Amino acid sequence: MRESLQEIGALTMRWVRRLSREKFSMLFTLVQPMLFWLIFFGNLFQRAADGQVMQAPNYISFLAAGVVVMTVLNNGLAGGVDLLFDKENGFLERLMSTPIHRSSVILSRFLFVMAITSLQVLVILGVAWLFGVRPATGWLGIALILLVGVLFGVGLTAISMAMAFSVKSHGDFFSVLGFLSLPMIFLSSALVPLNAMPGWMQVLAMFNPMTWVIDAVRPLILSGWTDALPRVGLAIVIMVVFDAVCLYGSSRAFRRAMG
Amino acid sequence: MARSPAIEVSALTKVFDGVTAVDHLSFHVHAGEVFGLLGPNGAGKSTTLRILITLVRPTSGSATVAGADVLREPEKVRSRIGYVPQERAIDRFLTGREHLLLLADLYHLPKVEARRRIAELLALVDLEHRADAPAKTYSGGMKRKLDIACGLLPNPSVLFMDEPTLGLDVQSRLRIWDYIRRLRDRGITIVMTTNYLDEADQLCDRLAIIDAGRIKALGSPSELKAGLGGDTLSLSVVPAHEDSLLKLIAALKDLSSVRAVNAKPRGCDVRVESSEKALPSVLETANRLGCQLDSIEYRRPRLDDVFIAYTGHRIREEFPAADQE
Repeated sequence: MRESLQEIGALTMRWVRRLSREKFSMLFTLVQPMLFWLIFFGNLFQRAADGQVMQAPNYISFLAAGVVVMTVLNNGLAGGVDLLFDKENGFLERLMSTPIHRSSVILSRFLFVMAITSLQVLVILGVAWLFGVRPATGWLGIALILLVGVLFGVGLTAISMAMAFSVKSHGDFFSVLGFLSLPMIFLSSALVPLNAMPGWMQVLAMFNPMTWVIDAVRPLILSGWTDALPRVGLAIVIMVVFDAVCLYGSSRAFRRAMG
Repeated sequence: MARSPAIEVSALTKVFDGVTAVDHLSFHVHAGEVFGLLGPNGAGKSTTLRILITLVRPTSGSATVAGADVLREPEKVRSRIGYVPQERAIDRFLTGREHLLLLADLYHLPKVEARRRIAELLALVDLEHRADAPAKTYSGGMKRKLDIACGLLPNPSVLFMDEPTLGLDVQSRLRIWDYIRRLRDRGITIVMTTNYLDEADQLCDRLAIIDAGRIKALGSPSELKAGLGGDTLSLSVVPAHEDSLLKLIAALKDLSSVRAVNAKPRGCDVRVESSEKALPSVLETANRLGCQLDSIEYRRPRLDDVFIAYTGHRIREEFPAADQE
């Protein structure tokens, strides 16, 4: 147990160190969602968006939940990238030739990605606050947003790591990544509510786990506990199933790659 | 411990998607020696090495490293060995010291012990002055030195090195060779793969020549060379007569004093029992075929002759002169 903690601590510290040395990349990952999506799109579509359809006082407050979950999505899907590079340059082999638990490398990555994601979600909610978005459920609601976000992020990071261990080249990895992330965003309630979509898109969006996460986060921000609680409960159940499937798949990919 | 085996390998086989990379290898490595796996790229050296360090599971066969079975006790094996991978397995954003600190935690060293060993290793590989600079500022040779320090951090009884001087300039190569000799003097068993004949010749106490997944020959470099016996006549043909070279090779193969002939660009190497006896008939044959010789020299067998004799080809076809020194 003590040995495991020593391993996971050291490996997690490595991710933190790397991030702190890549100042530009850190800045952009932080700034991108809030600048591009929240401020830019939020204001751009302010007048095009129909308040009746959105069920929100303004588009920014509607979009806030979407941007929060999109951030979780992007961080999660990119969560395996560093392991991919480790695999390609042989660092992973070096780690695997030491007497550590095989799972420590993966756990450290989960820990790191979830910590960074949570931090980013808080920053986004902070920026939304500046634009007058006040979460209707207060601090406890924010804690629940983080919880649901982390649950979603774990599954996504698992998918990303499974891909990192399975792909032949990092070109493949980024193609699949690009292919996955945009449809997941547009086929969800991130940008428009489900009932504003064509019927067939609504059906597809129902099968997108992201929709369920957004539908839990949005009432936590917009409406309040009575509306939010059942949706949060449903999202948690769906996320547990989602995570179980993703973790099972990724552990198989990991075992196949690592022997 | 003097001559007890550090590694025992028996009928080790690895099949990847129907392709046999390692084919029933059996050998052992004595404690305290430098053991080389010599072969061209794709011969199965790296796969063998990775089985021994428990990164790849063999399809069949068994291996014991530092007293532990690679299949049944991989954790024990990992805690007793050090590994210097072929790629510069360096995190460019971490400093040299941070690499070693990370590994110290992965080997579960207590803080004080870790600090002592890291200071000692940085001194050993002359990296103290750059220990706190990010690795992306290191030269190829410095990265290699850091790699070696990382491999030595667990204080291993067996150190595995995959192509330790691949892609290094001459000076760095010589320095790495020097470290390897010093490590052997400390009693560390070293297993290395290489496709450099001179490296195998100069550094290894014993070596296994591997080709197409099989061991073709095994012994000390001098044993292998002596075992070949005889001499090598190296002929080269004037450029205008190159088209008659194939005929010459065919004719030489029929001579009773000739053991084997291997073509090379613009000439051939002829292995003979004794150059004094064979030389007249070789010259006579060339004259008879009207094949004008540019030069002819004879030499005692070298490791590349050994390699050709056992595998039937050069270690690297594209650079026939790369290992002549």
